[in-house]
Amino acid sequence: MNHNQPVYTDNDPQNELVTLNLGPTHPATHGVFQNVLQLDGERIVSGVSTIGYIHRAFEKIAEHRPFYQITPLTDRLNYCSSPINNMGWHMTVEKLLNIKVPKRVDYLRIIVMELARISDHIICNTIIAQDTGATTTFLYLFQFREHIYEIYEEICGARLTTNIGRIGGFERDFNDIAFAKINKFLKEFPVALREFESLLNRNRIFIDRTAGVACVTPEDALSYSWSGPLLRATGVDYDVRVSEPYCSYDEFDFEVPVGTSGDIYDRYLVRNEEMWQSVSLIEQALEKIKHEPAGVFHADVPDFYLPAKEEVYNNMEALIYHFKIVMGEIDAPKAEVYHAVEGGNGELGFYLINDGGRTPYRLHFRRPSFINYSMYAKMSEGMLLSDAIINMSSMNIIAGELDA
Amino acid sequence: MAEVNNSSVIELLAARFGAKVSGVNEPYGLLTVETTKDVIIDVLTYLKETEGTKFAFLTDITAVHYPDTKHIAVVYHLHNMVNKIRIRVKVFIHEQTPSIPTATVLWNGANWMERETYDFFGVKFEGHPDLRRILNMDELNVHPMLKQYPLEDPNRVDKKDEYFGR
Repeated sequence: MNHNQPVYTDNDPQNELVTLNLGPTHPATHGVFQNVLQLDGERIVSGVSTIGYIHRAFEKIAEHRPFYQITPLTDRLNYCSSPINNMGWHMTVEKLLNIKVPKRVDYLRIIVMELARISDHIICNTIIAQDTGATTTFLYLFQFREHIYEIYEEICGARLTTNIGRIGGFERDFNDIAFAKINKFLKEFPVALREFESLLNRNRIFIDRTAGVACVTPEDALSYSWSGPLLRATGVDYDVRVSEPYCSYDEFDFEVPVGTSGDIYDRYLVRNEEMWQSVSLIEQALEKIKHEPAGVFHADVPDFYLPAKEEVYNNMEALIYHFKIVMGEIDAPKAEVYHAVEGGNGELGFYLINDGGRTPYRLHFRRPSFINYSMYAKMSEGMLLSDAIINMSSMNIIAGELDA
Repeated sequence: MAEVNNSSVIELLAARFGAKVSGVNEPYGLLTVETTKDVIIDVLTYLKETEGTKFAFLTDITAVHYPDTKHIAVVYHLHNMVNKIRIRVKVFIHEQTPSIPTATVLWNGANWMERETYDFFGVKFEGHPDLRRILNMDELNVHPMLKQYPLEDPNRVDKKDEYFGR
């Protein structure tokens, strides 16, 4: 971190700092949160972050809801990659209940989660470009988020807050149109991503604005409990998918990109490379699915997997079961479990304590945005205001996840 | 380097802290220990820096309220990224005097995690550089995650457990 603050004498007429309220609703903050900055010219002398403007008491609400009714809360944590939050939550419950899902479900989940990761990284990287003035790249790559939403729509009917998973698997199988759309995406997206990289990776202006700016050492990053692409950009090779594989990630062949200097440019490169890895993971998953029995999209756990809608409408037993599951009538073991997945921004953890009641006794979300952002005010000190703006977009802070 | 696993960590902690570290358990493979407020920083320092443990990464700090026993459990999740194991450390403090030394002396990241825990549960982290509410408004005069504060109108009858045979 850079701390070259100017030195003034007491009588210096220029010894005046300007207070700037960056946020709560400023176009450059990418969400609802505030930074009160003391500026000396364009240089930030000190900053204080205030968050909580969209705090929705998720943990308290979760204490009053059975497992399935918590799913919509997870969707709204990181709404840029809601399927990862969804799957992470359902995997936590499966861990609690000792449910083993079929391989095909694992692979389908990997497809959905990697699509979500791509969509999350598209937002972050295009916005870094946008904040350096490169609007073309933003518009060019952003359309692929739309394509990903169309795939979600095909799978579950929703686009942003997807509610895509169930305990034990998915609500329905992927139809042929969904697979066709995934294949189309895999064909078109790499072309666009390559073009995106060729527009930015060696772009003089982009490099000037990002390389060597907001460098973070691995020691600082670890001390602030950073995870995800931010931590990896500093050179620490930590990825939950490799460290504690879930969803059969250990069967896949992929690399964890790491940076060297921990600056904004490295964060950009790490996210770009992760998108390539995600494309490869989806391709591998599609290949592996061919060797699995078709049509399997959930585990055989009737006590927790919701009956099919057609059944619920036409069969009394199914209706009763549906009600019992949704209202949390079926006992889950008394236990506590921590489950982590690699979210778009880092380690997304669910700490669940169950005491045998209808609802969790305690549910805590370890939100990577919340933890990563705690360093922002400190690292902005000594930085130019315009650099601090790009730094914020490079940290990919999602307000929903920040506040919960 | 010798392999670090749950049993080796348990042995090291027992040798160093004796009865101060108790309640050893491994729910779902995650090593869980309990300790007391007076040695928590020693335990965390030991876990962070000792060769045989090296839980250098602070994953999370949070708390749980147990009104039946009048306790608040402060829960730390630490991670040894090299050996890929985690540990959960719990400290039970009394709900009337909820205070515990701050872990910001060991990790900068503890700052906001402890502020969140203070905000939700009223746990006072002694020595914390900036212990203010973080998510709720400053004027709120309760710590909302304590169990005595219901989320909704408790008189609403459709959510009563007795209607569901519990």
